[in-house]
Formats: sequence, C-alpha cells, structure tokens
Amino acid sequence: MWTYLKMAYRNLLRHRRRSALSALALAIALALLVFMAAFFKGEMRSSLEDTLRLSSGHLQVRDVDYDPDKASVAWSYLIDKPFDVAQKIASLPPVRVATPRLFASGIVSVGQDSRGVQIIGIDPASEANAPYRQGLVSGDFLTADDRNGILIGYPLAQSLGLQVGSSLNLLVNTAEGQVDEQPFVVRGIFSTGSSNYDKGIVLLPIAKAQTFSGAGDRASIIFILLHDREQAQAAAAAITGASYKVLTWQEMNELLVLVNDFSNAYITFLNLIILGVTVTVIVNTMLMAVFERTREIGILSALGMKSRQIITLFLSEAALLALGGVVVGLLVGSALSAYFGSVGIYFGDLGVSGMIFGDRIYPYLMLEDVLRLTITAFVITLLACYYPAQIAARMEPVEALRAEK
Amino acid sequence: MEVAKVENVSRVYKVGEVETYALRDVSLTIQSGEFTALVGPSGSGKTTLLQLFGCLDQPTTGRVFINGQDVSRLNRNQRADLRKGQIGFIFQFFALIPTLTAYENIEMPLLLNGMSARQRHERVMELLKAVDLLDRKDNRPDQMSGGQQQRVAIARALAPNPTLILADEPTANLDTTNGEQVMELMTRLNQETGVTFVFATHDPRVIKYARRVITLRDGSIVENGAGPAR
Repeated sequence: MWTYLKMAYRNLLRHRRRSALSALALAIALALLVFMAAFFKGEMRSSLEDTLRLSSGHLQVRDVDYDPDKASVAWSYLIDKPFDVAQKIASLPPVRVATPRLFASGIVSVGQDSRGVQIIGIDPASEANAPYRQGLVSGDFLTADDRNGILIGYPLAQSLGLQVGSSLNLLVNTAEGQVDEQPFVVRGIFSTGSSNYDKGIVLLPIAKAQTFSGAGDRASIIFILLHDREQAQAAAAAITGASYKVLTWQEMNELLVLVNDFSNAYITFLNLIILGVTVTVIVNTMLMAVFERTREIGILSALGMKSRQIITLFLSEAALLALGGVVVGLLVGSALSAYFGSVGIYFGDLGVSGMIFGDRIYPYLMLEDVLRLTITAFVITLLACYYPAQIAARMEPVEALRAEK
Repeated sequence: MEVAKVENVSRVYKVGEVETYALRDVSLTIQSGEFTALVGPSGSGKTTLLQLFGCLDQPTTGRVFINGQDVSRLNRNQRADLRKGQIGFIFQFFALIPTLTAYENIEMPLLLNGMSARQRHERVMELLKAVDLLDRKDNRPDQMSGGQQQRVAIARALAPNPTLILADEPTANLDTTNGEQVMELMTRLNQETGVTFVFATHDPRVIKYARRVITLRDGSIVENGAGPAR
C-alpha cells in the first residue's frame, strides 16, 4: 500500500496547481458544510433553549379546558389556588421549580401610540424568572406587592419611547369579558436576547395581574422546570389532578420539532448538492489524469499490474486529494464555527411568529456532525473516483501502450 | 526447451467493415536462450507478434504457448499474472514510470511479484550494477539520457528473472553509440543469464547482433534462419 501511496503522491505533484485546486474545492465545500451544520444546529438549539426557558418550560399544568391561543382569563379556563398546586408539584423530586403564571391579552398605550401585548402575571420571587431578571437592561425587577409597576421589553420601550419611570396605560380583557384600563409605571426594561419575543410581552406581579384582570386566585398555567428535561414524561406522569392536563415540552413545541426535522432533511439535501458539485471537480481531475497517463497504465499493465491494483493506484490518488481537502476544510470550518460560536452572528428580529429566535445566532459544532460530514465527503469522493479508476483498469494494455505520450 | 510458440496464429484488426490482417497463419517456436531478431518493414507484423508472445494481445485464430502453457484464451488478470513472472518488456520509447527513480522503476515488477524488501534491494542493486547505473539509482527518467533510460528498462525487464524478454525496436530512439551499448548489454545478459531475447527491428546495425533472424512481410514469415552473430 505504501508504494501505491508514494506513487499517488508523486503523481499528484506532477500537476501541483491542478491537484491543489481540486483539493481546495473539496476544502471550501467541507468548510461550508461544517459551518452550515454548526449554524443550523446553533439556531435550532438556541431556539429550543429560549422557548423552554421563556415560554413553554419543561412541563405545563393547565386546566383541561384551557386554550393558550385565546389567553382567556375566564375562570372556567384557569387553575384554582395555583400557589398550592405549584407548591405540591415543586415537592416532586425531578422538579426544579414550579410557579403559577397568568396570561391575558392587553394593549399598551402611550399618548396616541399603542401596541398589542401579552400580559404575563409572574411570581417575582420565583427562580423561573431568571431570564428576565438577568436580562434587565435598566431599572429594577418587580416585587410581589408592587401595585403599579410593570416590566417591559427593550424593543417595546424603544418603539414607544419609554424609559424606567415612564408611565403607560395598560388595557386588559377581563374575566367577565369586559375591558379594563389602568396606568402603570415602568419599573424595569429587560432584554431576553429575542427582540421578537420581547416586543410582545409585559410582566406584572401575578397578584396585580389577577386583580386587574378579575381572575381572582387563579392562574393560566403552572410553569415547571425540571432538573433534567429528558425526565419530562416521567415527571408528567407523577402529576395528578382530575381537572388538569399536563403537557411536556415536546408536546408544546411540535412546530419547533417539525422545523428541526425539516431543517435536518433540507441540510442533508443541500449537503448532497454541494458535495455533488465538488466531487465533479475531483472526478474531472482524475479523468484527466487517467487520459494523460494512458501509456503509463499500459506499461504498468505490461509489467503485470492487475485491474484491481490499477484501481487501487488511482483510488490512492483520490484518497490523498480527498484527505488534503478534508483536513483543510475541517480546520477552516471548525475555526469559523468556533469564532462565530463565541461572538454570534447578528440577525435581529427575524419576524418569525410561533417560534422564538434569538437576535444573535451562535453556531454550535457537534462532534457527530463533524464526523458525519468528514466521512461522507471522503467516501463520496472515493466512490465517485471509482469511475475514472475503472476506466484506467479496463484499458487494454496493447491499446494503452499505443497512446501518445 | 520451448519458451514461446505460436501455432497457425492470425491477428485481424477490424476498422468499420474493413478487416486488416496483421498476422496471417504464422507458426513459430522460440527455444530457451535464443537471441532472435524479428525483422521486416513497418506493418509487417513484428510488433503484433511480440505482443502475442507477451500476452498483451490475443490471437484472432490459432494458439500461443508460453513455457508450454496455452495462453491464447487467458483472461486479463491471468495474462497479467503470467507477464509479471515470466516475461520482460523493453519498448522503443523508454517506457519508465516518470515519477519513480531508476531504483524504483527496477523495483516495480519485484513489488508486483510480492518479493520481500531485503530481497528486492539486493536484486535491484545487483541489476543496477549489471547495467552500470549504480550512480544513477536515485535519478528520475527526466534526469537521465535516452541510453541510460533504456538500460534501466533492460534492468527492469530482467528483474523478476523472466524466461523471455521481448524488445520492440529497443534502439530506435537512440544514437549509434547508445544503440550499440544497449545491444551489447542485451547480448552480454543473454549470454550470462541464459534468458531468451526476442527483439523486433529493421535496423541492420541491430540485426548483426542476432543469432537467429526471422523476416516477416505482410503478416507472414518469409524467412527463418541463422543470424549474423551465430
């Protein structure tokens, strides 16, 4: 084998520029594929993380009749005495935190300007609010007994020209189907990293939200975070209550799972197209090498080299080309992924509804993606180069020896 | 002992509807240790006959024997196996592998025969010495003269200890001095090792080295007799 590799290496050096360009084509393609894999993985990963920590949690307990799309605070849709329920759930071993939340639809207005928002009533003391607390851009977090304080997202504050201490009017659809309106003071402005999400929500202490909306001692959901999200099914089974339904994060984020699956299929398809184009370049190089070296193939055949050995010789050349391309591509792709994985790529508000995306996408390179892409690129190159190698092996020695040098 | 034999061999090339006879019902036997020239003008069938002896081609009709074995209908890989152990080639274009050194070119048939590294080294050094190219062992073909390249080709042909060496116009691309050196080397090796040489030529300066001369014309043997060197 060493002889084949030695001959292959020297043959590649005969046309250094051509060999280098062919390897470069594979290197660029693989770098692109590695970066794309890291980009999509990072995008889907952060979208899932954001969705879980901001919106769905790992589990939600809801009233059996609750419809999250309506965000109704009619009593029949809500959970009674939610703090008692949350306390019971929090005592289960897999549960890290369980906290009641009340959702109501409302409108924020400042002067002539107004925006439709989702009002979220939270227990300010709960550690489930960490994304908002840690994301405070200015001002203070809410306290449980705050009766006129409100937290708003940074993009909403920007669009309405609000600052900490500014006043706004909040209109809410109440439990009785009426509309109520009250003035509030901006206590703090937060940024969770997703402008699309932040521009559509405001936070109130749950006690105030219950009073304001007429929900009484009720909540829309119990928001639950687990120690290990993979335990969601088991934890859901442990939560009982005839009038509740318990939803796992997989059930609540079917769209996200679907998009993830679709993007995987899409990326695979894209990978094959890119690799197909690249491999064509390498096959062309190998075909040129075969036709240029027809007489040499005749000589080797005359010396007693068998078809299998001629195939091995040309596949060794293809393997060295592929190896060079794969190593460079892997280094460049990994370096790009690592750099942008730390600084992120700013996209801002992608304007996608129904899913939470961060303003910055942080590529995330996984070892399994690296291995899969590397092996695929290498194997596809070798498989494709079997064609020119077979042309070489099938040459009749007497015909090959007649070829022009 | 018969090293090579053809029996009623014809080789027909077909281009479109036109059939051309390169060889027509030729029978010939080559005995061990011969130093035989196939002579005749271009198109007489010398090269075709060499290719049939060398198992590079197959006859349209008739049979070819190498060391008593009928090789007329062997498949491609069986013919390759036969060539690598029993037959050496010397071509008129100095048919060396351009990316390999003189040493590596001579080593190639030994590698294909699966010889051990130590045995290969001993054999290659012995052959380099025999063709007086020890100082050129690390040179690639483009760093050697035509005569030197042809001597490397001769050493390579001898490497696996074949019973038959076929040379197709071995001096055609050499000047007189180099041509004579190559022929003298082939003669010496034939005498020292007893290996059979069959070479095609139409150069009278080369024919004078032959101990047997077979003349072909239009694909048929027209003369078969002793050569000037006998």
